[in-house]
Amino acid sequence: MTSTGTIFQREINAYFLSPIAYVVIAVFMVFSGYFFSVMLGLTQEATLRYSLAYTQFILSILTPVITMRLFAEENKTGTIEPLMTAPVTDFSVVFGKFLSAWALYNIMIAPTAFYIIFLAWVGSPDYGAIISSYIGLILMGGLFVAIGLLVSAVTKNQIVAAVIGIVALLILLVIGLASTGNEGWFYSCLSYIGTYDHWDTFTKGLIDTRDVVYYSSFTALLIFVAVRIVESRRWR
Amino acid sequence: MIKVEQLAKRYADVFAVDHISFEVNQGEILGLLGPNGAGKTTTMRILTCYMPATSGTATVAGYDVFRDSISVRKQIGYLPENVPLYPEMRVKEYLTFRAKLKKVPYRERKSKINECIEKCRIKEVQNQIIGTLSKGYRQRVGLADTLVHDPKILILDEPTIGLDPNQIRQVRQLIKELGEKHTILLSTHILPEVEMLCGRVIIINKGKIVAMDTPSNLESQLKSGSNIVLEVRGNGEKIKNALSGIKGVKKVVWHDKGEVNNFAVEAEKGMDIREDIFSNIVKNNGVIREMKQIAVTLEEIFHQITTQEQEVMT
Repeated sequence: MTSTGTIFQREINAYFLSPIAYVVIAVFMVFSGYFFSVMLGLTQEATLRYSLAYTQFILSILTPVITMRLFAEENKTGTIEPLMTAPVTDFSVVFGKFLSAWALYNIMIAPTAFYIIFLAWVGSPDYGAIISSYIGLILMGGLFVAIGLLVSAVTKNQIVAAVIGIVALLILLVIGLASTGNEGWFYSCLSYIGTYDHWDTFTKGLIDTRDVVYYSSFTALLIFVAVRIVESRRWR
Repeated sequence: MIKVEQLAKRYADVFAVDHISFEVNQGEILGLLGPNGAGKTTTMRILTCYMPATSGTATVAGYDVFRDSISVRKQIGYLPENVPLYPEMRVKEYLTFRAKLKKVPYRERKSKINECIEKCRIKEVQNQIIGTLSKGYRQRVGLADTLVHDPKILILDEPTIGLDPNQIRQVRQLIKELGEKHTILLSTHILPEVEMLCGRVIIINKGKIVAMDTPSNLESQLKSGSNIVLEVRGNGEKIKNALSGIKGVKKVVWHDKGEVNNFAVEAEKGMDIREDIFSNIVKNNGVIREMKQIAVTLEEIFHQITTQEQEVMT
């Protein structure tokens, strides 16, 4: 097995050996369930679109909680030292950790599949839109995890990592929201940088290459920067 | 196996390691001895590619630590200070994880891990959660991890710190056994450990090498002369004068306690004056109740070198 796989396996196990995975999943289900039922009652439409709009807000808060320990914990306890003096590349360490947190994120959103069953029972949902929403949700998760991972790599303190991660994600959300309904190059820039509009397209049932490129390239860039940060200790 | 040349590491404007050069030969156990903050850990971290040097070069098993980092890391087993381990993992699970990371082939993995468990005597805790282990066991789990990929070189940073005397003895015994197969560089600030384990010692202080030799050579070289302590019954004044007259005596210190007198005699290097002392005291009607030669221990050398003050022994 490659080093990335080894790291991935250890990190996933670590999540489920600590209470963090269970707490995050439980909190997410409480809030997403609440928004789902409220939006369903308000709109009387068999769609996930409205409830998922609120979900992005919860995810912005919960994803940094998932990622906060990735490097901060190892920096604090010193386990980073045996890890980085083993014959593994910096990339495989960063990428393995990224994949594990992303996997937990996907496990966290998986129970929402139950809502689809419920929608199918009460009405006739548009399955195409639902599938594209989930593709968007997964891609967005990659970006959120990459941001959290990057923040965790620069600190020893998990709380600091979580708070900065949450703030960064909320800023990305807010600048996207601020641009809706406004014209001009400045607002279209904000709309492009922010996460909200890219995500909105997916919930409408559209898989636009621009949005896929936005999420995947932004994620790749952040992972690259995180690798550089981890690596920098070797030449700084 | 390890070659260090003019290695330096600077933090802000302080040199933690100040242009040191040394070599570790194949099969030897070299001790890096120094007070806390002398630069031992920094040196080891550079050698294990954890951090870079400010200047100078270091090669491990022929690979440069800066350019061939991965190759170097394959050759070494590193035990960091305080042995950081993942507390939520089980011992065997952790060793399996480490073996995978260190690319021990699948076929050998099981037997290698069991061999390490056997060697480090952690069989009874192999299914225990690391967080619940005592310090001694954690240390041995850390040692097992350093051995799992059968490295040529072991780098051990303060391997016995924080252990109780029994555990210290066990870990030392283990290191001694490992020294038969591996080249070992270990750091410590405990002196008897060096005398017990190491073929060669480097004494390091404030980032600089102050002495490098075998423990016994260091002792004989740095002995300022032998010191003899006496307890004599008789006329103190007379005996003192007689002792001062002996050839090779540098200094006599006299403590008058009435009937019984205590003397400390410092002789020149390489002179054995014990018999002269005896005959001179007898000539002056003194009775020797005690005569003791005090050997200079590594501890004193270490203290002298690192504090740079001459100790007067009485």
